[in-house]
Amino acid sequence: MTATEADLAEQVVALVREVAGPAAEAEVCVGHVELALTRFANSAIHQNVAEATTTVRLRLHLDGRTAVGSTTVASGDGLRDLVQRTTAAARACPPDPGWPGLAPPALLAGPGDWDDPTAHAGPDARADRVRKFVDAAGGLTTAGYCRTVLCSAAFASSAGQSLAARTSEAAMDAIARLDGADGVARLSSARLADIDGAVLGRRAAAKARACAAPVDLPPGRYEVVLEPPAVADLLVNLSMAGFNGKAWAERRSFAEPGVAQFDPAVTLVDDVLAAGRPGLPFDAEGTPGRRLVLVEAGVTRAVAHDRRSAAKVGAASTGHATPGAARLGAFPSSFALLPARAGGTASDADTARTADDTPVGAAVDPAAAALVAGVARGLLVTDLWYTRVLDPKSLVVTGLTRNGVWLVEDGELTRPVTNLRFTQSYPLALAPGAVLGLGPVATTLPGDGSGSSWTAPALHLASWHMSGGAGG
Amino acid sequence: MSQFDAATAAVQAALDAGARYADARVMHRRYESMSARNGEIEELTQREDAGVGVRALVGSSWGFYAVPDLSDAAARSAGARATRVAGASARVPGPATGLVPIGAETGSWASGCEIDPLSVPLARKGDLLVHATKAARDAGADHAEGLYQIWDTAKWLVTSEGHRVDQHIRECGAGISATAIGDGETQRRSYPSYRGQYATRGWELVDELELTAHAERVADEARALLAAPLCPAGETTLILGSEQLALQIHESVGHAIELDRILGWEAAFAGTSWLELAQLGSLRYGSDLMNITIDPTIPGALGSFGYDDEGTPAARRDAVREGRWVGVLAGRDSAAAAGLDYAGSVRADGWARLPMVRMTNVGLEPGPHTFDEMVAATDEGVYMDNNRSWSIDDRRLNFQFGCEIGYEIKRGRLGRLLRNPTYTGIGPVFWRSMDMLSGELTAWGTPNCGKGQPTQVGHTGHPAAPARFTGVRVGVRG
Repeated sequence: MTATEADLAEQVVALVREVAGPAAEAEVCVGHVELALTRFANSAIHQNVAEATTTVRLRLHLDGRTAVGSTTVASGDGLRDLVQRTTAAARACPPDPGWPGLAPPALLAGPGDWDDPTAHAGPDARADRVRKFVDAAGGLTTAGYCRTVLCSAAFASSAGQSLAARTSEAAMDAIARLDGADGVARLSSARLADIDGAVLGRRAAAKARACAAPVDLPPGRYEVVLEPPAVADLLVNLSMAGFNGKAWAERRSFAEPGVAQFDPAVTLVDDVLAAGRPGLPFDAEGTPGRRLVLVEAGVTRAVAHDRRSAAKVGAASTGHATPGAARLGAFPSSFALLPARAGGTASDADTARTADDTPVGAAVDPAAAALVAGVARGLLVTDLWYTRVLDPKSLVVTGLTRNGVWLVEDGELTRPVTNLRFTQSYPLALAPGAVLGLGPVATTLPGDGSGSSWTAPALHLASWHMSGGAGG
Repeated sequence: MSQFDAATAAVQAALDAGARYADARVMHRRYESMSARNGEIEELTQREDAGVGVRALVGSSWGFYAVPDLSDAAARSAGARATRVAGASARVPGPATGLVPIGAETGSWASGCEIDPLSVPLARKGDLLVHATKAARDAGADHAEGLYQIWDTAKWLVTSEGHRVDQHIRECGAGISATAIGDGETQRRSYPSYRGQYATRGWELVDELELTAHAERVADEARALLAAPLCPAGETTLILGSEQLALQIHESVGHAIELDRILGWEAAFAGTSWLELAQLGSLRYGSDLMNITIDPTIPGALGSFGYDDEGTPAARRDAVREGRWVGVLAGRDSAAAAGLDYAGSVRADGWARLPMVRMTNVGLEPGPHTFDEMVAATDEGVYMDNNRSWSIDDRRLNFQFGCEIGYEIKRGRLGRLLRNPTYTGIGPVFWRSMDMLSGELTAWGTPNCGKGQPTQVGHTGHPAAPARFTGVRVGVRG
């Protein structure tokens, strides 16, 4: 019988007691990941990959010193070697005065989102969705991927914490191209059945066709409607640089809990337990995940912590530890901007949208259509690309538009526009008075396949600084 | 069972299942990193992974499967599954896939290494980071960080065409940074570069860097930047230091000459390229001073190897000669699709990832000038170095970079410190404006080049020297 992830985790904890002694503090994460990704370009599958990997990670604190080791060699000898070399490393390295201690035993607040057919989907199921996307694009050149991920994981520690959970994810992210202009469709779900290649292919193709013969616009400040893929980029950068507990503790973040830093329409929530989110319901330190409100009706309420950054500021971990967080800090990774509800403020329930309720055939994502109708003169932006932070504290970011930009005049798309470069402070773009509207539904966009996700409605902003045109 | 046996079993199983070509890479990798902050160790990580990845070609379609198990049964199963995955690819087939011919190579290669970095005591490595970050903190940095990373990779390649190649590549590097926090913004200075310097060398590289000796300077400069005037906005003459120019080469030349991008294979994610194959050999990329090579044979550079991950022996090739575009980074299938006769730039980020076109060492040949001559010849301009931010469009044309530090240049002399220096432009316009190039070359290593889905992290090298560009837009801000 094959050992489960929980068996392996308990086995490593027992080995630590044997090798390093009873005083050693140990936490063990065992993750089994089956990732399969079918990639296509020029309307043909050109890269089609799959892997099944079990990784055992041990963090060990011994005599005031800490070391982390991991291995994919999960045999008895491999695990013993992991424990021995991590113990030796902990004994040899300099002291760790910031060690926060192990997480106490605690129950999960909810299970991971799991779908058996998704977890065990074969290459044919993914190829079928690619086939439908390609066919639905109606002869346009297509490129992108269809992905399925299974993650089964367990945590055990010498403090008695013991958890196990599993999660699945399916995603499709692809473009249709016409004369060098691209349209994109992108969706993530816990269920492959939610991913309809034909729906997504038609949507991407409609955007690409509406991008023909774009015009150059001069740099300047524009009113904008950002579609969900573009808003997801705001979430990524706000999360990693702003709501990062370590960055906040070190005064490198703009976040000021208790202060109305955002427009009242803005409510930001991290919730790995929400339906359709692909993450595990516990973090790398064994702290159960729970819903965390980062911004409530424009007022910053919290930042994300692992145990180390929490201990430094006298707070509790919010369950956001990841491997490497000691250096990079903890940040929200099941992050959502809540959509509008009747009356125009953020909805309590962040409505995730699947392909099923997505009308197709228009350049404007239906989630953004009502917002576009309210623009006298501005831009509709589908996607943002290659965004980089110029300064983490002010969170000034530069990047480019991608996959479809249009000039909006009197509530109508009047012409496609060539891609523009922007240089913009993200918190200032969302500041009080700067948000003119939110879309009514949110879309969950794919993360990198490791359990992160970004859920966003369309967003209508008063001003966005386009710092350069197509010509530089 | 040896690693070659496992790879051979995987290849044979793929062929038995119906593949017309197969290759398998067995890899055993060890990684170690340590970070320190303000005189204290932050994290020590040691990782080990081992496995086999099999690539199978069925008709015109590829399949790939990887497992962390080197038993005969697991290797054979992986080979068969790679062929099955390739079979599914045929539901959405492309044009016939060819492979440019290469000889059936049998050989071994190892990178140079004087001091095995994994054998250096952890206490010594930790003390270095503790002392360097403490010195920067004591000198006024609000936050001082230090980091080293070590990769030790052994790999064995077998192909159905008879290749049997093993390599042992050791890479390491380190760096420090100091951050000063002001009202509403931060300033950072790094040494020797934003991420540190990395190479296919041993710990002797880190010893040579003398991190602690530079700690006080970077702290002083970070604090001074908080009070420095903003980089003026406008069009001017720009001198870039070699570290920033290395990233400029990486982003606006290295990625642009990747053949998979030119062919549209990366269109949905990394993007395409502004270059068109019909222009190869004739397109004016930059000024006559621009000579860029693809050279995985440079001893010690981070992108060096003996063979790429398809078994093509390392060889130097021109990418840009006297400003004219003449070469690409290619793999066996992309070269065949493009009608070219050379490959040699395919690499995989570990046994669980599909080999794909990647940069090796892509960099400038030295120019005829010195940095001092460039400054002396500049009546008015800005000098910038050490990358802080980087962004470029999906065709590798429209870029904007931010640097950590800038200096005003007036009447042939370096003047005031400038904060938040940025510059922007269009790749070929920028490169055509390069009118002076130094001969003071450094082969900078970039250990974090992301590409592909699932994402792969590549290690690339970029020989670069200070250079001067005219009519550049600087001082872009939000």
